Amino acid sequence: MSHHDVVVVGTGLAGLTAAVRLAEAGARVLVVAKGIGSTHLSPGTIDVLGYAPARVERPGEALGALVEAQPAHPYRLVGAQGMGAAIGWFKDRVANGSLAPYAYTGGLEENLLLPTAIGVPRPSAVVPETMAAGDLRDGGPVCVVGFRALKDFHPALLADNLGRSRIGAGARAAELDLVPERRTDVNALGFARALDDPAFRGEVIAQLAARLRPDERVAFPAVLGIADPHGAWAALEHGLGRPVFEVPTLPPSVPGMRMFAILREALRRAGGAVVLNNVVTGAEQAGGRVTALRTRVGLRDERRGADWVVLATGGFASGGLELDSRWTARETALGLPVTGVPSPGEERFRPDYFGDHPMGRAGVAVDRELRPVDAAGERVLENVLVAGATLAGAEPWREKSGDGLSLATGHRAAELVLDASTPAAGAPAAAARS
Amino acid sequence: MALHEGNDVLGALLMRESLDHCVKCTICETFCPVSNVTPLFGGPKYSGPQAERFRIEDEPSSDSSVNYCSGCGICTQVCPQGVHIAEINTQAKAKYGATHGVPLRDRILARPTLAGRLGTPVAPLANWTLRNRLLRLAAERMIGIDHRAPMPRFAGRTFQRWARRHTPRRANRRVAFFHGCGTNYYEPRLGAMTVALLEHNGVAVEVPKQDCCGLPLQSNGLFDDARGYAHRLAARLAPFAREGVDIVGTSTSCTLMLKREALEILGMEDDADLRVVSGRVFDICEYLVAMHKRGELKTDFQPVPETVVYHAPCQQQGHGIGEPALDLFALVPELRVVESDADCCGIAGTYGLKREKYDIAMRVGAPLFAKIADTAPDRAVCDSETCRWQIEHATGVRTAHPVEVLHRASGLD
Repeated sequence: MSHHDVVVVGTGLAGLTAAVRLAEAGARVLVVAKGIGSTHLSPGTIDVLGYAPARVERPGEALGALVEAQPAHPYRLVGAQGMGAAIGWFKDRVANGSLAPYAYTGGLEENLLLPTAIGVPRPSAVVPETMAAGDLRDGGPVCVVGFRALKDFHPALLADNLGRSRIGAGARAAELDLVPERRTDVNALGFARALDDPAFRGEVIAQLAARLRPDERVAFPAVLGIADPHGAWAALEHGLGRPVFEVPTLPPSVPGMRMFAILREALRRAGGAVVLNNVVTGAEQAGGRVTALRTRVGLRDERRGADWVVLATGGFASGGLELDSRWTARETALGLPVTGVPSPGEERFRPDYFGDHPMGRAGVAVDRELRPVDAAGERVLENVLVAGATLAGAEPWREKSGDGLSLATGHRAAELVLDASTPAAGAPAAAARS
Repeated sequence: MALHEGNDVLGALLMRESLDHCVKCTICETFCPVSNVTPLFGGPKYSGPQAERFRIEDEPSSDSSVNYCSGCGICTQVCPQGVHIAEINTQAKAKYGATHGVPLRDRILARPTLAGRLGTPVAPLANWTLRNRLLRLAAERMIGIDHRAPMPRFAGRTFQRWARRHTPRRANRRVAFFHGCGTNYYEPRLGAMTVALLEHNGVAVEVPKQDCCGLPLQSNGLFDDARGYAHRLAARLAPFAREGVDIVGTSTSCTLMLKREALEILGMEDDADLRVVSGRVFDICEYLVAMHKRGELKTDFQPVPETVVYHAPCQQQGHGIGEPALDLFALVPELRVVESDADCCGIAGTYGLKREKYDIAMRVGAPLFAKIADTAPDRAVCDSETCRWQIEHATGVRTAHPVEVLHRASGLD
């Protein structure tokens, strides 16, 4: 049996954030996961709070009000202050990370309003520098550029919808016939690799420059480089002589992959390890503490000893939570209590897709120190902390809060573990946390 | 749903059924080292869970692009839904081969013991032949083995022969050594080092008679022959497993074959010998780390003042045990280890030897080769033999098994 100071379950934003922060503070960290997490599917922005329920302009202020109004919301566990600290930590990791000088911009003061792939304005707090010029609050005409071979991104659809939105940014579409290596089918990653190459950037600039109107800024699908995104974006801005910005695509999401790569490399540099294809099937417990996790690896069961466990396996979409045909919900790794599941006879879902679905808030309830609690509010495990989409009480897809919650609770989970493992304030581990 | 309940292997059929868990998230496609360098392979999602729906039993298999899958297994590793993508694609390759025939070249490459037995007695001639440009060009033209592809050197004496003459140390703990074909015919020195290292740590090593595990046959779609080899090897090793003796191997892809691939891909879950062997097989570094956790590993290592680039091969990742070599290297004073941070060297067993795939394999390995070139290490280290040969071929940097580093650190060189 292996033994680590902390075993983190899950490789999404929450798990990686907790793991990196713990490893950088000197803890021996192992991340176990069934597979790669949600980063590759997410736009790569940190959406803190977009709707509450009206569109949020100042997420820091709105977050405070949300916690007042919804005492069961997981944001109460971190507050605006904890969210701000987590954002500062994250931006610093990126700016000093493996893809530097690629950086994030923004904060809790105000939401940017960025177009989605179908041209819907989306409020977002912290975004890659490569997306910031897409802020629709700035007004002005946009030229949406697509690549004909990139079948997951339709500039005409984006431009049409953008023109129709009340934001009133005039938009038109332009398509380029450039295809990396003359392939017939290229996904976002294929284009991102091509745009790492200065020669391909040059072809894009050459084909596009004459087609742009003087006052237009330029939207590209988020494929501007995977190894050198800052270089690709800066080269296009320079070559086209105007602001250029990325719009997230359908998966695979290149900005999400960059986020994963930066955090994964930060973890490697801090001495943390990741093992995939490890499905946590339960835990050995003694005196209210988990002593080891049981994981299924291929045909075998492994035991992975841990002083602390951070559970960041995601919600129903990621398999961290499961709902069976008898309407029984369960937390899949440790069998923790799941709260918020409507009782038989109660309403579970509302008729409209983006309605306030009672089922939507189901998850694992925790106390102020992120420890899981049962229906009576009693802590069930002393050394297990829950972070990210597994937590009960939020509706990330309505609130546009998923990334913020994952980042802030992952960050907070690491802090709680470090606090609990540090004998006295002012010890070296505390210094390493700042 | 779990594909394995308790210790029951629900079998190759359910490997295939896992395709229903695919949500088309494309995470596998972003990691596939092959489809990222060539359009000839449509990618793991396309060839696996998607195309599999059209591979109907009793109907001929028509899409040859799946043959460009190298079988590295990374797609299965990264899938967040538990879809056995690589296993489905390996089964699809076999179905294609059954419909259209498997080329003579693949049938030859898939039988390392045949080559080993033929080449060993005439090693100098065989090695000259394998390195003669004109003969290699002729071989490329006639059967399609790329003339540039890395070929190992016959040692001339097998590891089995060394083991027969070796006087085993007695000890309380004993293991059976599954050395594989690479060690037997090409790197018997690695086998001797492994025995020495285990004996140094108080483990008696038995070397049962053994043959190929069937992995190259499986990779080349020759499932019936692969089952025969896996079955015979399991029968050789099962008596040890039944006595509670652990089976330790230095070839990380071959140990994975015994651990689970033969059960999962070849559908051999009814083979009782294989089932008992599967539960007892360990990669050598996995085993040494376990010994260390039990306090049984001698850790008074001597300094090894070297810089090494460590590359964890894909098949080693398939064990799901992390990178145990790194845990062991951390115990060695003055050893500076640089992680490769690259996915795959490209060779994937016999894939990169084939004329139509050689360039693909070299492109797949390019980031790894660049990392090694940039680091300019004393040597590269990798757990898999074919990967070592590929890395040496592409970089000119001497490439060792982790055991060789530990052998030196233990003062056994």
